[in-house]
Amino acid sequence: MISPHPIFSLVGILLVVLGIASGLIWLERRLLALWQDRYGPNRVGPFGLLQVLADMIKIFAKEDWVPPFATSKVIFVLAPAVIILTVLMSFTVIPVAPGIVISDLNIGLLFFLAMSSLGVYSIVLAGWASNNKYSLLGGLRAAAQMLSYEVFMGLSLMGVVLLAGTFRLSGIVAAQRRLWFVVPQFLGFLLFLIAGLAETRRLPFDLPEAESELVAGFHSEYSGMKFGMFFVGEYIGITLISAMIAILFFGGWRGPLLPPLVWFLLKVFVFLGFFILMRASLPRPRFDQLMAWAWKLMLPLALGNLLVTGAVVLAMHG
Amino acid sequence: MPVAVATSLADTVREKFPQLPIVEQSVRDNIPTIWAPAENIPAVLAYLKSEASPRYAMLYDLTAVDQRVRAQRAGEPPGDFTVIYHLLSLEGNCYARVKTSLREDHLSLPSITPVWPAANWYEREAWDLLGIVFEGHPHLQRLIMPKTWVGHPLRKDHPARATEMGPYRLDQEKEEREQEALRFRPEDWGMRHSHEGVDFLFLNVGPQHPGTHGVLRIALQLDGEVIVDAVPDIGYHHRGAEKMGERQSWHTYIPYTDRIDYLGGVLNNFAYLTAVEKLAGIDVPPRAQVIRIMLAELFRIISHLVWYGTFAQDLGQLSPVFYTFNDRERAFAIIEAVCGARMHPNWFRIGGVAQDLPRGWDAMFRDFIAYFPPKLREYDHEILGNRIFKARTVGVGGCTAAEAVEWGVTGPNLRATGLDWDFRKRQPYGGYENFAFDIPTGRTGDCYDRALVRVEEMRQSLRIIEQCVKQMPPGPYKSLEPEATPPLKERTMHDIETLITHFLGVSWGPVVPPGEALGVIEASKGGNGYYLVSDGGTTSYRTRIRTPSFAHLQLLPQLCRGSMIPDLLAILGSLDYVLADVDR
Repeated sequence: MISPHPIFSLVGILLVVLGIASGLIWLERRLLALWQDRYGPNRVGPFGLLQVLADMIKIFAKEDWVPPFATSKVIFVLAPAVIILTVLMSFTVIPVAPGIVISDLNIGLLFFLAMSSLGVYSIVLAGWASNNKYSLLGGLRAAAQMLSYEVFMGLSLMGVVLLAGTFRLSGIVAAQRRLWFVVPQFLGFLLFLIAGLAETRRLPFDLPEAESELVAGFHSEYSGMKFGMFFVGEYIGITLISAMIAILFFGGWRGPLLPPLVWFLLKVFVFLGFFILMRASLPRPRFDQLMAWAWKLMLPLALGNLLVTGAVVLAMHG
Repeated sequence: MPVAVATSLADTVREKFPQLPIVEQSVRDNIPTIWAPAENIPAVLAYLKSEASPRYAMLYDLTAVDQRVRAQRAGEPPGDFTVIYHLLSLEGNCYARVKTSLREDHLSLPSITPVWPAANWYEREAWDLLGIVFEGHPHLQRLIMPKTWVGHPLRKDHPARATEMGPYRLDQEKEEREQEALRFRPEDWGMRHSHEGVDFLFLNVGPQHPGTHGVLRIALQLDGEVIVDAVPDIGYHHRGAEKMGERQSWHTYIPYTDRIDYLGGVLNNFAYLTAVEKLAGIDVPPRAQVIRIMLAELFRIISHLVWYGTFAQDLGQLSPVFYTFNDRERAFAIIEAVCGARMHPNWFRIGGVAQDLPRGWDAMFRDFIAYFPPKLREYDHEILGNRIFKARTVGVGGCTAAEAVEWGVTGPNLRATGLDWDFRKRQPYGGYENFAFDIPTGRTGDCYDRALVRVEEMRQSLRIIEQCVKQMPPGPYKSLEPEATPPLKERTMHDIETLITHFLGVSWGPVVPPGEALGVIEASKGGNGYYLVSDGGTTSYRTRIRTPSFAHLQLLPQLCRGSMIPDLLAILGSLDYVLADVDR
């Protein structure tokens, strides 16, 4: 197997991820429109594909405004960069095909969890630095939500780690040679799916922005490219979660006939579509209900899953 | 029709208060009307509310009239201003009208807020628009007009048009003054900044906010995300509709009514014309009655569809609003075919409707009757059956039937509490007695029950429409009498009377005999009433619009205390108000 130089992987993955993220904006708008009996963007370019480009031009041309009342202008400007940085960093450990990975860390999974934990700082700091009550409420909600959902997000993946015996993502893919982990770890998959949705702050977990309640929550005061970074950050985030689901539970790039890269992208897009479908169909729970759900239902389930998996692995290898 | 009460209202009150000079007045709408001295109003109303037989449990409306330029007041005690209380007895199914006269040099009377807390906004409004002081009112501040406004707009000496007021200028100083006047000061409302170690956050919601459905402002006192108290601030959508009624002719005011509850379309025409026709004594021919009911029920569905989609959207569900608006568009296609317009059809006329139904109208209605029920079933699964939707609405923002009556709540919001009060059934108007339909009710009066009631109402409306289509009587679409406005053109060629009335009606405006009448209908949002006073001219002397949304919004603080910010949005969405309907 020929492995390309990491630099090529890096540039390639970066371009593809950014491409997917911006393509997703178009895809989401078209899919939502399809499910909502309307057209969606269909005027700019073929099938409205250039809409994203037009939006980009618009967003770059906007005034780069920092609210004069901001608590800290430096943090206000830095906050959107943090979210982009952390999700992009996570992609360094994602093996997209045999040999195509920027850095195949032996603690890849932990690195991913660490980076997604850091991501919440972006939201909290943005909410605080905006010095706006709606932003603050959004930031507070984000902090509480992320903390609660991260706890069982990590735990839900430990079953996979037990089965694969490694934190290395390529190792986990390799361990699924015979059977995708979604079969033995179905509960873990469901838990991770929900935690992933919450992690990306998408409906039904979009409480930090909750348009009908908090106007735009933590990013109420953001405009222009700083808003754009939150926006793109969200799409890179769901791409990341979809990629992680594919790797951890659906055998990564593995699949018959088609080349590995195609299989990987195919799986990623199935989950992206699923995320968009969720947004089209579900209402938003209340904050306290969301919390109760995480701590009273999801956490015990994740612990139980870990316990049972551990016992089974022990019995088989012991 | 309201049932006759054994002893007259005046006698009942005289029996209790023998020393009071109670004056009885006969009016065109046959609502028992008495005049009582201003200082005794709270005692008389308290008696009528809780002791009299029947008891008048609901303060339906409270308003005032500037009588200073009135010409024809036969049978009324003298006075410069009149304050009018409309009471509704649910057990007796009748109204009572209590009036009191005030002199210009002493425009004050005791507040009835101790008797009915719901009088709060009504009295503030009467002070704001007519300058009547209610002594003992907890917060007698402007409600509708800006705090900086000078004068009381509904007084006869206040200009009615912008052109009478001189050019408007907004300089820096004035802008700052206006901004300062809008600042929310918790102390003004008896709110504390902190209590027992908890610092409260004051959050200004609106007037520009995606969740308030229009220009409504609510100041929230928050402990974390829990609402300690709320103060709604209205008036941002005020267009002086009542004042315009005093300038437009009886006929040309009809399009203005379309814009009161702008989602209700002809329902507004219906309420206004019910009052006008009572006042003028005009009968509506059967075909016109059925056309009116058919369109009114279609508009009830149209209005409820807007509520359905936006309510789901308030709870974060993004898709239903597109589905319900699609269905609404189909209903609008019918409205467009019949009326030529969509949201503001301006279709009813004094004595009938503007034109007969177009060819092929019944096929359009039949299509819709076949199309709509499966859609409603689909939404039952998608919205009402959704578990997150239930978690967000069941047990949220509930109120009891007694509370609802106390605060003047009508329509679906009242029926959600379990009380089957519907003006179409209880006091049939315009021919509703000829139709079979059920009145859906809820149990707990929470957000979910309000939703259930509205959804079932759409089915019942469809039932009524179906009966209209099947039983559309032949005959004229407008009264053949000359009083119909404008009289039928064919008739003008037959007799000189109709020709003269037609000419006068077109050039001058129809004349309505002096008197007063209250016309109440069951609009999509609740009891919508027009109280009209005629001085025998071509325009109304006083047009009072009692809207359901006004009463419902006043109840908001009670409903949302102790719940969280997301609940506030659920409650706002479930109340189904329209700001134009609140502010007029």
